[in-house]
This record gives sequence, C-alpha cells and structure tokens, in this order.
Amino acid sequence: MAEEGYVAPHTVDEVVSLLVEAGGDARVMAGGTDVLVQLHADLIEPGLFVDIKNIPELRTIAAEAGGFRVGAAVTSMELVDHEAFNAAWPGVVEGVALIGSVQVQGRATMGGNLCNASPAADSVPPLIAAQAVAAIVGPGGPREVPVEDIITGPGQTSLDQGEILVSFLFPPRAPHSGDCYMRLTPRTEMDIAVVGAGINLTLDDAGTCVAARVALGAVAPTPLLVAQAADALIGSKVDDAAMAKLATAASSACHAISDKRGTKLYRIKTVGVIARRAAEKALERARKN
Amino acid sequence: MAKKVHVTTTVNGDEHEFLCETSQTLVDVLRGELELTGTKEGCSTGDCGACSVIFDGNLVCSCLVLAIEADGKSIETIEGMADGKELHPLQQKFLELNGLQCGICTPGILIAAKALLQRNPDPTETEIRFWLAGNLCRCTGYDKIIRSVLAAAAEMREG
Ligand SMILES: Cc1cc2nc3c(=O)[nH]c(=O)nc-3n(C[C@H](O)[C@H](O)[C@H](O)COP(=O)(O)OP(=O)(O)OC[C@H]3O[C@@H](n4cnc5c(N)ncnc54)[C@H](O)[C@@H]3O)c2cc1C
Ligand code: FES
Ligand code: FES
Repeated sequence: MAEEGYVAPHTVDEVVSLLVEAGGDARVMAGGTDVLVQLHADLIEPGLFVDIKNIPELRTIAAEAGGFRVGAAVTSMELVDHEAFNAAWPGVVEGVALIGSVQVQGRATMGGNLCNASPAADSVPPLIAAQAVAAIVGPGGPREVPVEDIITGPGQTSLDQGEILVSFLFPPRAPHSGDCYMRLTPRTEMDIAVVGAGINLTLDDAGTCVAARVALGAVAPTPLLVAQAADALIGSKVDDAAMAKLATAASSACHAISDKRGTKLYRIKTVGVIARRAAEKALERARKN
Repeated sequence: MAKKVHVTTTVNGDEHEFLCETSQTLVDVLRGELELTGTKEGCSTGDCGACSVIFDGNLVCSCLVLAIEADGKSIETIEGMADGKELHPLQQKFLELNGLQCGICTPGILIAAKALLQRNPDPTETEIRFWLAGNLCRCTGYDKIIRSVLAAAAEMREG
C-alpha cells in the first residue's frame, strides 16, 4: 500500500505507473468536486491522490481531424469560455454549464463527470449524443472507446485498474447540424437532473433529418443511447409527427426508479417532454448553420 | 501516520508557508493555520459558497480544494478586498443598501461578485442571480444583495 499522500505528475505515463504501483489504493483527482465530497463524507479513503490537472495534454482544447479534442481535465468554465467549441457543440456546453455553481464549474471537468458515473451526470448525455470518443491510456497502452461504453452502472466504469481517461475526440460537424441538452429540475441552478436529454441531429439541404443521436440521463442506472428515439427523427422533416414519436420512444426507454426527485411515472412522462424540447432547440440550431 | 507537507502559497499578494495533511482543505488551512477567518465554512460540500475564494484566477469553493494544491498558487480572499481602510465599492454598497444581515454569507458573496464584475462589468440582474446561485444566504432574501451588486457595478463603471 502506498503511503498516504498527494502527487501531481506532469505526464500520463507517470500517472499510469503510480496507479499500477498503488494497486487500487490510489484515487485520480481532476477538479475534486466529487472526490473531495466523497472523501469528507468518509465514502472513500485513498492512500494516494493523483492530481491530473498539471498534465498539459489533459488541459488542452484543440482542433483535430476537422473536429475537436478536449482534454479530460479541462474545466467546465474553460469550455464555457471557448468560442469555437461553443459554436460547434452548444449542447455539450449546456451540459457542462449545468454542473453546480460557477464555483464548482471553475474546477469540475467532463472527465470527472463521466468517470464519477452518476446516472444523472449532466455532460454525459450530450457527449454521447455528440458521438464523442474517449481516449484512454493504461498499462496496456492507449485505446479508444465511445463515451456510451464507459459507464457500466452507478459509480462504475469500464476503465481497468491503472487506466485514465485522457481526452474526448469530437467528430467533424456536417453542415446543418445542431445539438442541445436539457434537463428537468425543480430549481434552475444547483440541482440534480430528474431527467435529462441530449439530442444531436443533422439535416440535408431540403431539411430532412439524415442523422440523429438521442441520449437520456437519470432514467436508468446508466445514461442511455436510444436508437429508437433517433430513428423517430431520421428520414423525417422533424415535424410534429416525428417529434411525437421521439417523445414516445424516449418515454418507453425509461427504466427509472422512484426517488425523492421524482416517481417512476413522472420520469416516464417528463423525459418525453424534455427530449422533444431539446430536439426543437437542436433543430433550430441545425437550421441556422 | 499522516505526514505533514510543506506548502508555500501567495494569499492576497503576500507569501505564506504552512504545514498540512494531505486531506486538509484550503478553507481549513486559511482559517486554522493562516488565521484568515474572513472566509467562512458553511456546508463543506460545495453547496453554500460561503468559502468562496479566487484560486489562480478562478472562483472556487475553498472547501473543495486541497490545501496542498495551493503550493505555488495565488489566492485572493476577502481580507484582500479593501484597499487599506478604503472599502471596495462592493463592500461599500453592501453596507449602504443593507446587502447583509448576519454576515456569514457575505465574504463569499463579495468574492463571487468581485469575480463576476472582473469578467462582466455590466451584468444584468438575471446574470447576477445566475452567477450567485451557488452562494446561499439565509437572511436577506437576496434582493438587497442583487441591488448592492448592481449599484457597485454602476459605480465602478463610472470609475
Ligand atoms: C455543489 C455541487 C453541485 C453539483 N452539481 C452537479 C450537477 O448539477 N450535475 C452534475 O452532473 N454534477 C454535479 N456535481 C458533481 C460534480 O461536480 C461533477 O460530476 C464534476 O464534473 C466532477 O468533475 P471533477 O473533475 O471535479 O471530478 P473528480 O471529483 O476529480 O473525480 C470524479 C471521479 O472521476 C475520477 N476521474 C476524474 N478524472 C478522471 C480521469 N481523467 N480518468 C479516470 N478517472 C477520473 C475520479 O477518480 C473520481 O472517481 C456537483 C457537485 C457539487 C459539489
Ligand atoms: S463551505 Fe464550501 S461551499 Fe459551503
Ligand atoms: S446575511 Fe445571514 S446568511 Fe446571508
């Protein structure tokens, strides 16, 4: 077991060797907005904190292959302030901008939001809808995984011992594309999603939807990519009939539980409404570019 | 068991050194070791904003920062807000317009408002309300806080 401590390495390789050496006793820390809450609630007791914020690769937003590569430890605030990324992926920015307060957003990262693996994580549905790919590095080398394959259950990910998430790759944007993330909460700020929906769609020149992805949050143990909901839009003019089908498909995909934030029935109903509203906004954006 | 770590940091322009344990938070050290008790600790979970400080240029909750992370960084707290005896316009307006009652939330709100005005010298009421959503106040009902920030912003724009 490693001695109780804190390290802030400058390279991914150092992180991986530290994690391997510690054999499960170490905890990666990005913004710490989940980890430190868990530490002080005595939910975790790591022997070693490995702070990944000093690794330049994890802190960079860069154009790549016609799209963007965003480091796993880029903060919400840095994304909110990045004009080119906002223009391309406003829905992803809507997700990160809903994470906590301005204070939390100054520290919180998309990598942490994904790896904390909450069913209600706000940046995850728009990341899945965007078809973002997670770049992971571990003792076995690098691998790339679609974001929807990372979360396997509440608090559980498919990352192996010693692996870290390094960055997200966002694909190039076709003309007439738009995305949006919306969630339902009793308060507009500082609340956890009752349901959430991320929608990403592309139209052809005639306004027919040629591609769509729909991802739902807080309606199942993991965020869901719902192909039937996307199929409701693809091939349509995204008219009323298609929107109604989308809402029905979103509601049918809901495997929610009842808890203090909402009953199962409430979630089934409202996820359809929220998915539709998010699709309307995504459509409006797609028509503008 | 836990060994202490030596940290050097800049607070309100002055260099400070302290010893801390790995799991100690920044608010803990600011208040305990450095005796800068202007920063308050309410919830310790990032929800109330009482512990707001500016950490390397970013507004953060100091209860969600490890003290050890402060090594080589620069921190602004409420103690650095007034210029000697001269209050910052935000502090002055909070006094004039009753933007505080018990005062527990006030240092955090002043720091958060200062960070907002650095970014946006002319915020709308809505922008102020959204920006301060992470700062809870149990006394004032918020209205006077928002008015104080609007008034301070107007005065600062006039120079
Ligand atoms: C007051 C408050 C309000 C909040 N509101 C919301 C909200 O509205 N919506 C929401 O979704 N979340 C919310 N959160 C939760 C939290 O802020 C987010 O999940 C945030 O994105 C976590 O990012 P982080 O960088 O702080 O993660 P950390 O706390 O640093 O890490 C979270 C987890 O991910 C692991 N991890 C982090 N980065 C990596 C990586 N690169 N590779 C492998 N593992 C990694 C850590 O080991 C840890 O298990 C809130 C938190 C607070 C305190
Ligand atoms: S004490 Fe830090 S946010 Fe409440
Ligand atoms: S003045 Fe008492 S909590 Fe705000």
